Order: sequence, then C-alpha cells, then structure tokens
Amino acid sequence: MNTIAKVEEKLFQNRYKVDAGRPHITIKNPDICAHDCKTQQCSVCCPAGCYTTEGNGRVVLITDGCLECGTCRVICDDHRNVAWEYPRGGYGILFKFG
Amino acid sequence: MAEKFDAIVVGAGPSGNAAAYTLAKSGLKVLQLERGEYPGSKNVQGAILYSDALERIIPDFRDDAPLERHIIEQRMWVLDDESFVGTHYRSDEFNKPPYNRYTIIRAQFDKWFSQKVQEAGALLLCETTVSDLIMDGNRVVGVQTDRLGGSVYADIVILADGVNSVLARKAGFRPELNPGDVALAVKEIHFMPEETIQSRFNISGEAGVVIEMVGKITKGMMGTGFLYTNKESLTIGVGCMLSDFKKQKVSPNQLLEEMKNHPSIKPLIEGGEMKEYAAHLIPEGGYKAIPQIYGEGWMIVGDSGMFVNAVHREGSNLAMTTGRLAAETIIELAEKQKPFSARNLAAYREKLDASFVMKDLKKYRNMPGIFHRNPQFFTTYPELVNQAAHTMIKVDGIDKKTKEREIRNSFTHRRSLFGLMGDAFKMWRAFE
Repeated sequence: MNTIAKVEEKLFQNRYKVDAGRPHITIKNPDICAHDCKTQQCSVCCPAGCYTTEGNGRVVLITDGCLECGTCRVICDDHRNVAWEYPRGGYGILFKFG
Repeated sequence: MAEKFDAIVVGAGPSGNAAAYTLAKSGLKVLQLERGEYPGSKNVQGAILYSDALERIIPDFRDDAPLERHIIEQRMWVLDDESFVGTHYRSDEFNKPPYNRYTIIRAQFDKWFSQKVQEAGALLLCETTVSDLIMDGNRVVGVQTDRLGGSVYADIVILADGVNSVLARKAGFRPELNPGDVALAVKEIHFMPEETIQSRFNISGEAGVVIEMVGKITKGMMGTGFLYTNKESLTIGVGCMLSDFKKQKVSPNQLLEEMKNHPSIKPLIEGGEMKEYAAHLIPEGGYKAIPQIYGEGWMIVGDSGMFVNAVHREGSNLAMTTGRLAAETIIELAEKQKPFSARNLAAYREKLDASFVMKDLKKYRNMPGIFHRNPQFFTTYPELVNQAAHTMIKVDGIDKKTKEREIRNSFTHRRSLFGLMGDAFKMWRAFE
C-alpha cells in the first residue's frame, strides 16, 4: 500500500514564528492571477502549498507555512506578480535541522 | 554618526561564515548580520560537507564540528518505475582518517561555524534582516537593517545572502533568477535508531552511505534524487529544474511522496519518524549564469553568486572557497591601504579563476543547456537501461543472442541510430 502524505501534515512538523498580520509575500494584482494567468503554476509548484485556486479562478495566498524558497517569485516569470521579501528578522520558518 | 566597520557580511551560511571568519582572524572589524533566530535556522542543504574547503579555513575542524557520518560508499542509481540499475563504489580508503567528506545537519553545523566566527572576533547580530544597501553614488557604503533602527556603515559589504539574494537584485547587481537556472529541491529528515541505519546500509560505527538517483523518480524532469545517512537519521530529497516544474505542473510534495514509495527506496526509510520538511532553490545555471561578483565597495559570495557545481553535487565547498577568497582579497588590499574599488576588487575574480571553483564551472559550462534540450537523458535512457538489465537477467528459455538483439532493437527503436550517436556526442560535449 502506498501512502501519500499531505503537505499540511508535513508542515505541522516544522517550527515557525509567524509574523501575524504581516505576510512577507503578497500577490501584487490579484486580477492578473484570476484573468490573465492561464497556468497558475504557483498553486501546484509551491512546495508548501501556500497558493490555492478558488472556484472563481482567484488565487489565495496564505504565507504561514512558507519555506522561504523563492519558487513562487521565480516561477511567475510571465507576469512578475509576486512581491517577495524576507520576513522580518527572527520571523518565518526556523529550521531545526535544515 | 552610526557605527562603522571595516566589513559587513550579510548572511551566516557557509560562504558568509568563511568570509567573516577569515576577515576577523586577520584583525579587521567585522559585523555579520543574519536574519534567522540563530545561524542555520534559514539554511537548507542535503547535506554533504567536503573537508578540503573547510580545512583551508579551520584546519582542525574535526576536533569539535558536529559531523554526522563520514562517507565510505557512494551509490548511483538509475531508476525505472519498479527497478533500478546501480553502481556502488565503496572503499576502505574512505574509512581512514582524515575523512574526505561527511554528512552534516546544517542547523547544527552552521551554529558551530558561527561560534568559530565569533571567537575569531566578528560581531554577529541575528534576527536582523538587511532591507537595502546604502549607496553613495555607485559605491556601497553600508546597509539598512530592519532592526537597528538605522544604518550601519562599512568600507566593504559582502553579500552572502543566498540564492534569492534580495539585496543583489534590488541593487541591480544581478537580474532576477531564471526558472531554467535554478533547481527546486524538497527534502525530509527521518529519525530511526542508529543500529537500524547501520544494518540497512551495511555500515558500522560512524561510516556512512550516500545514494544519488536519476530516472523515473523525476517524471521526465531534469533532476536527481538523494538519500543520505546521518548518525540517527536519514535525509531524503529530490530536486528538479524549476522550469520543468513549471512546464509540467508537478507538485514537489507529490514528487517526493512518490519517490518515497518506490519499491527500492521504501524499505530503506521504513519506520522512520519524519521531523522536518524543507525546500530550497539551488542555483544550477553554472558558469554562464554567474553575475558580476564585485563592484565599488561590494562583493558577492556563495549561492548568491550562483557558485554551484550541479554535476558533482558541490555547493557548500564552493561557497566556503568564494567566501575565503573574497576575504583574502580584502585583507591584501587593506594591508596595502588600497581602496575597495571595483578595479582593485577584480583581484577576487582572478583568484576565483585560478581556483577549482571557476575551472570546474567552466569545464561544465555547456552541460545545463545540453541537458535542457535533451530530456531523454532523464527519461528514455533510464527506462532502456533498466529494461536491458531485466531482459538479460531474467531466465526464461530465450537464448542470449536473441535477448541482445531485442535490447539493441529497443534502443534504436526509441532513439534511432542517429539519435544514439548524437546523444553520445552530446554527452561528450557536456563533460568535455
């Protein structure tokens, strides 16, 4: 029997210090995601599953589980619609092992 | 007037620590800034430590560095869906000190390295994100942080801020990363008793094994998988070019999960307790992707400068070497009381060119492009090789000559004779 673990279950093992109310990544213009981006690859390729596509085609970003890899920003090269900064000092993912 | 340092190093990974250590040891006044809670808390690596690069910085590192296992055996697996063809190289030569390379756990190792940096006299400030470089015309004169409430100044700023290097991009020193120049790797760490690891991998004491894998596990994307033995844990991961992830719309988590279920891999990690899931970008664009790495009052070291030899899975040793050479360039200029101008800092590039860093990267400069344009090396060939092994090894009453013909036909059927010759030529070009 093959077991496939969901990403949410895995992130539960990680240690984070969430900067509540101050996401370090934002979608610049949500309309571009909803209307101009046909692939919405961020919703599949983010290794932490931070991006989800809603029924109406809009992309929702929740950065709490972010692993700070940079994938979403680099992969959005057709629209450059991701504003990406590091979290404030001390916040975000805190790798126990790395 | 804010405090002024001889040098500011942004980042406390292998390149930043190598630079800060070397500078502080020579007596320069060094400030190192790290955004994590502690050095290593933001850093991700497989991780293999190559002794040589660290030995040139801290010769007696083995006395107290947190090392996991010294590698005595390297396995290379080419996988199909249900099988693999592999080569194992194991030598007792690797089991005699001083050991050539080790597995490490970065959060622990980076903390240790940072301790050495501080003992050498550098001032480290953690939980401090550098938001901007402070410019005077085209010259970097300091950094703006989110914590000190102001600015810090230095004669030279070394950017050791990793693959995403927000600073180098903002300052225009480097363009945005291209999805074709970086690999996305995801990995997990699984804990299990030491004895289990020793018996599963046929090792004793602190000897270790690494497995590098190509083939079906990457679903046709250009990439590799890995499985490393630590003392009481295994790290397992897979990395592929980000451009391939994008094109094929593959979930990295799903990719890793399926790899863990491969019948040749699953028994090795069975029963382990997963304690962390991490992801990281690896700059794999090679020689042609290296940006300008020095200018008026600034230098770039490590991943930020794209210093990774993807072919040989080397990165942290290049990081440490670039950090050390950048520091040595600064020390030499300081001794002669010369300014840290772009013209004078060109000596850094010369040192790199004369070292294994640029020599190796230059040697493989064509590799990324060739593999990008020829995905068959990651798809068709692993399949064909596994089928060929299966055909030859299975005893089923068919004579060996017929089997050989069958194998030959399978290769020419899938790639044609022309294709095979072309591929051989491309492989030669890639490694020449």
